[in-house]
This record gives sequence, structure tokens and C-alpha cells, in this order.
Amino acid sequence: MRIGALVRNADLAHDAEFARSYPAVAEALLSGASAQLRNAATVGGNLMQRTRCAYFYDAGSACNRRWPGAGCDALKGENRLHAVLGWSEGCIATHPSDFCVPLVAFDAVVEIEGKGGRRELPLEALHRLPGETPERETALERGDLIVALRLPTEAKDFARHARYIKVRERTSYAFAVVSAAAAFRIEGGKIREARLALGGVAAKPWRAREAEQVLAGARPDPAVYREAARAALAAAKPSGDNAFKIELAQRIVARALTLAARGTPDRIPALPGSPFSSVAGA
Amino acid sequence: MNLPLSLTINGVRREITLDDPRVTLLDLLRERLDLTGTKKGCDRGQCGACTVLVDGRRINSCLALAVSHDGAEITTIEGVGRGGELHSVQAAFIAHDGFQCGFCTPGQIMSGIGLIQEGQAGDDPERVRECMSGNLCRCGAYQGITEAVLEAQSNMTATKQRRSA
Amino acid sequence: MTVELSLTRDPAHIRHGSNIGQPMTRTDGVLKVTGKARYAADNHPAGMVYAVIATSCIARGRVTSLDVAAAKRYPGVIDVMTPAHKPELAEDPDAKGNPFAFRMELLQSDEVRYANQAIAVVIAETLEAATEGAALLSPRYQVEIARVGLDAGEAYAPPVVGIGNPAEVRHGDIDAGMAAATKLTDATYETPAQYHNAMEPHAIVAVWDGDRLFIDTPSQGMGFAQMRVAGLFGIPPANIHINSPFLGGGFGSKGLISGPQVLGIMAAKLIGRPVKLVLRRGQMYGPVGHRPPTRQRIRIGTDDAGVLAVINHEARVTTSSFDDFYEPAADASHTLYASPAIRTAHEAVRVDTGTPLFMRAPGEATGSIVLESAIDEAAFACGIDPLEFRLKNYAEVEPTTGKPFSSKALRQCYARAAERFGWAGRPLQPRQMRDENGFLVGWGMGTATFPAIMFQGNARAVIRADGNGVMETGAHDMGQGAWTALAQISADSLGLDFDQLTFRSGSSDLPDAGIAGGSGHTATVGAAIHNAGAAVIAKLAELATTDERSPLFGAGNAGVVARGGRLHRRDDDARSESYVEILARAGLAEVDASGSGAADAAAQSQYAMHAHGAVFAEVKVDPELGQIRATRLVGAFAAGRIINPLMVQSQLRGGMIWGLSFALHEEAVMDHRSGRILNANLAEYHVPVNADVPPMEVITVDEHDPHVNPLGIKGVGEIGITGSAGAVANAVFHATGIRVRNFPIKIEEIVMGLG
Repeated sequence: MRIGALVRNADLAHDAEFARSYPAVAEALLSGASAQLRNAATVGGNLMQRTRCAYFYDAGSACNRRWPGAGCDALKGENRLHAVLGWSEGCIATHPSDFCVPLVAFDAVVEIEGKGGRRELPLEALHRLPGETPERETALERGDLIVALRLPTEAKDFARHARYIKVRERTSYAFAVVSAAAAFRIEGGKIREARLALGGVAAKPWRAREAEQVLAGARPDPAVYREAARAALAAAKPSGDNAFKIELAQRIVARALTLAARGTPDRIPALPGSPFSSVAGA
Repeated sequence: MNLPLSLTINGVRREITLDDPRVTLLDLLRERLDLTGTKKGCDRGQCGACTVLVDGRRINSCLALAVSHDGAEITTIEGVGRGGELHSVQAAFIAHDGFQCGFCTPGQIMSGIGLIQEGQAGDDPERVRECMSGNLCRCGAYQGITEAVLEAQSNMTATKQRRSA
Repeated sequence: MTVELSLTRDPAHIRHGSNIGQPMTRTDGVLKVTGKARYAADNHPAGMVYAVIATSCIARGRVTSLDVAAAKRYPGVIDVMTPAHKPELAEDPDAKGNPFAFRMELLQSDEVRYANQAIAVVIAETLEAATEGAALLSPRYQVEIARVGLDAGEAYAPPVVGIGNPAEVRHGDIDAGMAAATKLTDATYETPAQYHNAMEPHAIVAVWDGDRLFIDTPSQGMGFAQMRVAGLFGIPPANIHINSPFLGGGFGSKGLISGPQVLGIMAAKLIGRPVKLVLRRGQMYGPVGHRPPTRQRIRIGTDDAGVLAVINHEARVTTSSFDDFYEPAADASHTLYASPAIRTAHEAVRVDTGTPLFMRAPGEATGSIVLESAIDEAAFACGIDPLEFRLKNYAEVEPTTGKPFSSKALRQCYARAAERFGWAGRPLQPRQMRDENGFLVGWGMGTATFPAIMFQGNARAVIRADGNGVMETGAHDMGQGAWTALAQISADSLGLDFDQLTFRSGSSDLPDAGIAGGSGHTATVGAAIHNAGAAVIAKLAELATTDERSPLFGAGNAGVVARGGRLHRRDDDARSESYVEILARAGLAEVDASGSGAADAAAQSQYAMHAHGAVFAEVKVDPELGQIRATRLVGAFAAGRIINPLMVQSQLRGGMIWGLSFALHEEAVMDHRSGRILNANLAEYHVPVNADVPPMEVITVDEHDPHVNPLGIKGVGEIGITGSAGAVANAVFHATGIRVRNFPIKIEEIVMGLG
């Protein structure tokens, strides 16, 4: 499916065919922001959403992302919600998008119009980890324009077992503390293929391939979810006062896997993405 | 700088020339067209007080540049209700005391109207609460707001059914 | 005169209860739902221009340079107001004329005392040009190390806390209480900085006409504002006309005029044109007050049966480096529980923030969540149900003073709310309940209390020849419903039907109604209205009963009753005369009279006056992910006479949501090095959204209080927070077994605690 960059989030989420084919993406869209914002926000704009790191926005603070070489005041600052994966001493910001989390799980591709013509990029390669150059947030070059997003047809094969779950500090209208998109292809009682990505943990939406490998071929059960969760966060380390996010991320992975295995609900829940819209016990 | 712009606001077509491309739809309404019913609470899309309908959809007018909506149809709180009669949502807000200070109210009402038109929430209070969560109310009139939206929606549905019957 | 007084003292001639007590919808409702209610920033006088404040991005130091030239070069910029270029003030903004005159930053120097302080004001033809001009100032600073947090410096004992309360209060023998206690709860809690965040940012439209000043600005106290502005600009208070018909919320932050509002007046003076100045949301985190953070140690000692032996409640609070406001957090322990020994004490630390200020239930909110949590801890330690524990220690008289209560229907509140909630059978142990979906369920409760405060207010009543009435008072409606409730009292005070009354309010040109705060506005202004109405009725009665042609002749002033636009003989209801007839015969176009309302000092010295309530909360907690959701709130409140049940419901629900917010959501996060607030916005300073708010039930318990004031009103604006915050926190404990002592309760505490 090819989606133009200017398609509004609400239109996409409420498109019946889209929601049927990619329910976890629709749920992620509806768990983000507010109805008004979703009516205005575009697909392309959401891909380019910038971090919510307060130090990035505060002109009085040092931020390498904003001012290369200035330093990172978040590093020893108020950082309970900062990154636990893929961060560097130069930047510990997280990527705030909900939408992008299931998109990377489903191998979405971005179409870019640039000086050299049109090219494609896996969404996973669009957002960059900070490394030594946190100011380079994406792989886009000057003059590039995102014109469309493509979801591969194979992603539809996960439609019966796909969820997006998001822990927040308000019931709605809040950025994720941690989130996860999980999806399965289940055949003959076994996981044929699994997809897993996390949000709120790194400077990019985080695809957890190690966890997917743990799950592939296994029977869906809590023990394997826990093992997958450990694999997903194996490389995690606190960047500050946020060790709890590693534990929380593992639990949300297990939860998302549990709910995905249980099956996609017929209708997007009343509280999209909320733990309170589903059964709690894993 | 002269930026011509044509908008239909509350059913009236207006030809506007802006001197600055940074004028938001909200500031255009409030500061240049004397349509001050729409409120500015945060100017960052974080509170919903500035909600208006643009081409029938509720959006935060503080995050909309006026020049990017050339040709659009805008409905503000001043354009709601007909011939001096209150819109069902307005009347329900009064009946259910869905406000205290009233500052978020125009935005709540426009959001409620938008929500009813979207038709996604149905009569499920939980869905209404979720879909009205983009409108903050610091006074905490949420219960009245939810009741008002549900009641207005049911009244509007009943009226529609009577008309088509 | 003596006749008037005798009437005033005998309220029997006024039929309070026909308009009063009705759940009328808001008289300003149509204006508010149609967008026609005009808030300060909605005004646009001819020739008006825009002022935008540039604010400091350091918390302490000096501004060393501002690129004024760059700002002035920008097209549309008219002028830039700086410490070097501003109108003369008649008074030092740092002068302390009275305890309510808080120091403010009016560009008196290049000193920066806190982040988000005004350092310049750019005035331009358009908002966009003024905003750009402010950005072009590119300030440079000499930075000093900011003092941040409760451990920023040496703690000291403040001279007073709140409004003139002693910093330390002792009742009984604390040491003996500690020695007698066989069970001791000793816990230290922290509450965060919170910001009022009224939906309406502080705004002003200022117009000078010679030495007369006209301002549209939201105000909870126009009289105070008038005095302050008069002093600063050296003009008579009567020259200052404040228009404040609607406030988009206040919660204390609009109680006193703030520095930025005065800067708008200065800007208008500087350029000689009308100016509008509106704070941006982020600019509200500094100059307009906040609730300071607190650290509270509370020790509650009981015997084995759970009978209190001692409460020792100590609070450390912060205040600004340059002024004094001390959150009276520990004072919450003065009145609720019958302990033979009670001590409350405060200490303070100076930090580089704006000066804290009254924020909805100042002291009561911060103290109540701690007291109610600690009471829950103490009950749990004794193995006693939290409601039973509270009843066991029910205060029959005010514990710290020994005074009887003027009225106290708290027992009924406990009983009715508990029954409605279904409290009976609650397991004592935590983590015993789950719902059908596996979420942990917890039930908690808290006691609510708030003092019945009155200030000073005035009103003027008129009866016109056509028989209709007018009531005038410069009252403030910040959402509590003054336009409606005070009009209801007015109609009754004049013996008129509601539609025969014109109610005028919201302007400083009307009789000074004092301050809308302390939950005392309806009581204060209601009393003034009551007295003004009684006085004007007394004049009518005087006219009628001394006139041989009147059927009321000879009845004496105390012998008539006003009702439905007529005076009736008390001893013969059939003999009556209309106001129209009385005024026509007297050849008068109207009669008028004034009245004032204030606390009765004699009654106050005799009685303890408080509203009370009980709040029960249910929360659900995700057993692995730790996310919390309140699912039920039931509150019962006894707050004297209820003027308008619909509006009282809204006030109490709103307060309860603030309590929920205190327990679970609200917190200003400050960088511990720079003193900058990192979440100075409504996306990350979390106030509850619609989906956070559970179905709520509010019960009002009848309470007839003959002592508190002539109308028996106690006030409902703030009590809803108290009790609710603790109830929610206690419900989280009951759901999880985790006692979180830092508010708001954060997800990590639950995630890590659940193990």
C-alpha cells in the first residue's frame, strides 16, 4: 500500500481497508496526540517528528542536537524518560512517534524526492542514532522531500495478530513512556514469523530483530515472550535516572506479544493503545 | 508583503490580505477579524481551546497558518447555532454545566460538534472521553462535558430520524 | 438607622430559599457557549498595539546585553521597553507596603531572580512583529549558580506561614504523646512544585486617558489591583477602571495583579497607545505564582487500639530569594483529628524561582495529602479500617483550640459517602482485589476540610419605581458561578423574582467586593448583598409603615416581610403593598442602600468554622506495567448552605479532579542545575484530560450553621482537593501494597515496586 505524505493521520487510521490490513498501525495512530491534531497531522510530518527532550527545546540548555559540540545537558539532568537503547554520550533523546513504531516493525519504506531524483529508503534507516553526530537526526539530505510511505503487502499477513501498546502518564493525550508494536503470523499453533518494535526507548523507533528470532518457530506462551523481551532489551543500559524503563520495556514487550497472540480486536479499542483497553494478565 | 487569501468563515466569504505569512488561523480570527470566541490557551496545540472546524474537521487553529488554508471553509463558535437558537451541543453544555470559567468552552463545543460529525465514538462514554481528551479543562468540568456531548448527539440523531421519517 | 439595624439582624423578613437553593443554570451560560463572553484578551480598542515580553533563560544572574537595535529595526516594532527605557514609576516595585504587595519585576534592574522573568518588552503593530522583535533581542547574561530544590540552602524558620499563621503551633505535651504512643508512624513525604495553569493566560489590555487608566484584565481582587497600580503609577485608585467580567480560571494566580500585567500598563504609557499584552503559556511558569514544593515529616502515634496520642507534622517549603510566601502545609493537621498532642512546624529554604503564591487550597492541599496518607498508614499499622480509625479519632471540638465547631456534619459525610461507594467489606490488606480483566483494584479514602473564611466585601442595592431591582457589587467570576449564585442571593435579599433583578458585577467601578479566594467569596459578598438588600427593604418599609395611606401603616419595620415585589404584614399576610405603589406614593424614582459583609469577630472567637467532607476513591493499576487509572470517586461534603446545587456540584467535582491530579499527574520538573522548568507547557505538565476522569458522585450533606455568617455559607471552592488527593494515593496503596511518598505517584515506583 502506498500512502501519500500529505495524508492526514485521522484519514489513514479511519480508512477501513487500511485499518483492516494494518490494525496495529491504525491503533498506534489513534493512540497518539488528540483528535484535532490527528485531523491536521500528516504522514510525512509524523515521520519527521522531532524529539520531546526538554533540553533540545530549552534555549538556555546545552544540546548537541541543536548546537553541535555544545554538550548534552540531559545527560546528567532530569532524564527519567530518556533513552535506554542506542544512545551516546552526545545525546540521550528519544523519538516520540507512535506511528513509526509499528511501521518499522512492518518494514515500511519511505519514498524521497531529492536533487538526484526519486529514491527509496527503509523507514528503519530514516531516523539515525546519535553516535558522534546527534545533529543529524535523519538520513535526509538538504533538498529532500518525503513524498510517500509504502507498506509491503506481506505486512497484511500479520493483520490477525497485531497490537500496539503504550504506557503513558495520562490515560490519553500523552507521549509514550515506553511503547511496543507486536505482530505474529501464526500457523499450526506456532509462530511462523514475529515482528516487534519499541517506542520511547531510543532516538529512533526500535526494531527488535533479536527478539523476533527468539519467537520465530516457537509456540506462543509467556515463557517465550519473556525470553523475547530479554533479547529485545539485552543491549539496553540506563542513560540516567531511567533504569526502570528497561524493566518496563521488557514487560510491555511481553504484554504486546501476549495481546497480539490473543488476536487483533474486531474494533480498535475505546482507549487505543492503552493497557486499560485490554485484559491485564499476561 | 501582501498575501491574498480567501476564506469562507461561518458561511461568509472573506477576502483577506495578510502582511505576514506567520499569522496563524487563530490569530487571524482573534486579532484581525474580531472573532474572539475562539480562545488561545497554549498556542502549541496542547490544550484544544482554539478548536475550530476547517472544511468540517476539527483542528487546532493555533497550529494552522492562515495562508495554508486559502479557499477553506471555517466554522467557529460564532457560526454555530441558527437564527439566534443554540446548537444542541451548546444547549447541552448549559444544561449539564459542562463548564465553569468558560474559557475552554468554545473549543470544547467545536470539538464536540466535530466528534459527533466524525461518528467514531457512538454512544460509548469511554470513546467520547477519549475523543474529547484533546480539550483540556482546568476547572474540571469533564463529567458535564461528556454528558453534554452524549446528550446532544442523541438529540441530533433523534432529530435527523424525525426529519427523514 | 436603628430600625434598619434591627431589620438587618432579623433575616426573617427575607425569604431566602426561593431563588437560593435552586439548581439554576448559569446566567452567563449563553454568553459562554456562544463565544460572546468577553475575556480580557478579547478586547481590541482602536489604535491598539501588541506587547510581547522577552523572558530570561537563566534563573539567577544579570542581563549584560540586549540587542535593542536589532529588535527596533524589525518592521512593525514601535519600541522596546528595557531597564534603561521605561516610564517612571511612583513606587519601587520591590517596596513591601503590605503583606499582599508581592515584589514584582518591572524592569527595575538588570538582575535576574528566576527563569522566565521579564527582561524586556517589545511593542509592535502586530503580534507577529512583537514576537519576532522579542526573539531578536538575543540577550546575554552573567550567570550565577542557581539555588534549586528543597536542599538548596540553609533552612530557617519563617516569621509566619500562609496569611499570618504562626510557623509553629503546639498543643498539649508532644513528648508525653510520643512516650505514650505504642505504635508510631514516622514518614517523610514530598510534594512537587505545581503551577496554576488556568486555561486563560494572564492578559491585559491597557488604555491611558491622561491620568486615568482603563484596563481589561482577569482579576480575583480588583480592589487590591487598583491599590497596587495606583501606588505604582502615582494616581488615585478611583482613576483606575478595571473591567474583569470573566476570568478564564484563576485558582489564586489572579488574586494579585502580577508583574507582566503591570508591564502592559507601562508599555501603554510608554508609547501613548492602547496595548495588549498576553503571556505565552511557557511564560506563566515564573512570574504569576505557583505552589512550592514541600518535604513533610509526619509522626503519628497511637495506642494499640488506634487512639491518637500525638501528631507531629513538620514541613519544609521553598520560597523565592527575594520575597516571602510560605505554604502553610503542616497546618492541615490542626483541625481534623482529636489528638491530645499536636505540633505543626515549618521551615523554609530560599531558591531561585518566582515567589510562590496561593494555589487552590494553599497549605490544605499539600498538607492534606500527607496527613491523609499518614493517617492511612497509621490505621494500617493498627490493623484498623481507615474509616473506623478516623471515626475513633473524630474531633468533637477543634483539637488545637478547644473551640466547638459552628457546625460539623462530617459523620454524616463519612456515612453517606461510604454507603454510596460500598466501602463495607473492604479487605484491610492491600493487593487483595482484582477486576475481571486482571487489573489490581484499590479503595482509599480521605477526609476533606477547609476553613470557612470571610473577607470584606460591599454591595449596593436599588429598588426602582417600576418595582424592579438592581444589585451592584464588584465581584469576580472565575468559574465558580458568582454571576449566578450572587444574583440568586440578590433576588432573595430584595424579595424579588429572579427576572426582576439586574445584577451588575465584574468591574472596579462597582462597590469593592474584596477578593475571590479562600473559598470565601460567596459568603462574603453574599453577606454584603444580604445586608444591602435588607437595608433597602428597610427603607421601603420605613416609607410604607409611616404613611397613613399605606395598608402597612403602623406595622413597624420589623412587622413586615418582603416577598414577590411586595411588603406584607407579618401578622396579616393579606395586607400588603407593592414596591411600585410605595415608591409612587413617595414620589421617588428609586431607593438604594449599601451593605457590607465580613466575618463576625465575636462568633469567630467562639467557634471553629470549617467545611468538611469525605472522599472515597477506587483505582485500577496494571499489575505489570504500573499505569494507574482512577475508576470511581465519591465525595460527600458538608459546607453549610448551598446556594446553587448545580454549581456547587461543579466546584466540588473540579476540586476532586485537582486532588486526583495532585496524586497522579501534576508536577513541574526543574533542572536541578539551571533552575529552568523543563515542562513549562501543557503537553508535559500533565493536568488530567477527559479520559483520566472517572465517573464521579458528589453528595452534599445538609448543614445549618447559624454562626458562620448570616446566610450560613461555608464555601466549596477548595475543599474538593483536600481528601481527594489522599483518597487516590491511599487507593493506590490498597491496590498495590506500595506506599509512594513522593507525589505525583510515578510509574517507576509502581513498576519497580510490583517486582
